[in-house]
Amino acid sequence: MKVKVLYFAALREQLGTSGEEIELPAGVGTVAALRSHLRGRGGAWERALADGKLIRMAVNQDMAQSSAAIGAGDEVAFFPPVTGG
Amino acid sequence: MKVSVQTQDFDAGAEIRALSRDPRVGAVASFVGVVRAVAMTLEHYPGMTERALQKIVEEARGRWQVLECTVIHRTGPLQPTDQIVLVVVASAHRGDAFAACEFVMDYLKTQAPFWKKEAAGWVDARATDDQAAERWK
Repeated sequence: MKVKVLYFAALREQLGTSGEEIELPAGVGTVAALRSHLRGRGGAWERALADGKLIRMAVNQDMAQSSAAIGAGDEVAFFPPVTGG
Repeated sequence: MKVSVQTQDFDAGAEIRALSRDPRVGAVASFVGVVRAVAMTLEHYPGMTERALQKIVEEARGRWQVLECTVIHRTGPLQPTDQIVLVVVASAHRGDAFAACEFVMDYLKTQAPFWKKEAAGWVDARATDDQAAERWK
């Protein structure tokens, strides 16, 4: 089950990538679980996605809570709180 | 309803006039955001940005009598005094136009995926922007 994951702004720079396709491991069915899975990569991933870090999430281009479900073909994005306007 | 995310500048006067042509319109409220002090670059999330702005405009239409609304937000490199964002709301009466215009800006600040980067680094989100959006709940 593959999802597209995107990273923006400071998070993109900290992680050194703007996005990737990820094969979801069994049991990773929410945005929170995906964040935790990515954090498990260690290093910059562990730091940038640490629990205390304020990160906003979107699923299929709508703002989402960390409890939001994700599935095959979804576009999931992680980014810092927005600062437009 | 018009939403545009663009690098080029906009003509606020022309956008306001464009929303004043409907004879039902009795009030046009507008807001122009301008870059202060330091140069910056604006990043956004193509696709989601337009979608988020559309949703904010739809939300405003559900709350107030809005005849027309235009939202333009620039991205890319911007210099001090450059225009960055425009919101124009046309309504029959000023109360709806003022309120909807302020609502769109407050929600844009917390819901639309834009990020400012200055030479000193990424700009931090401000709690006052969250509070401004909260009061419409």
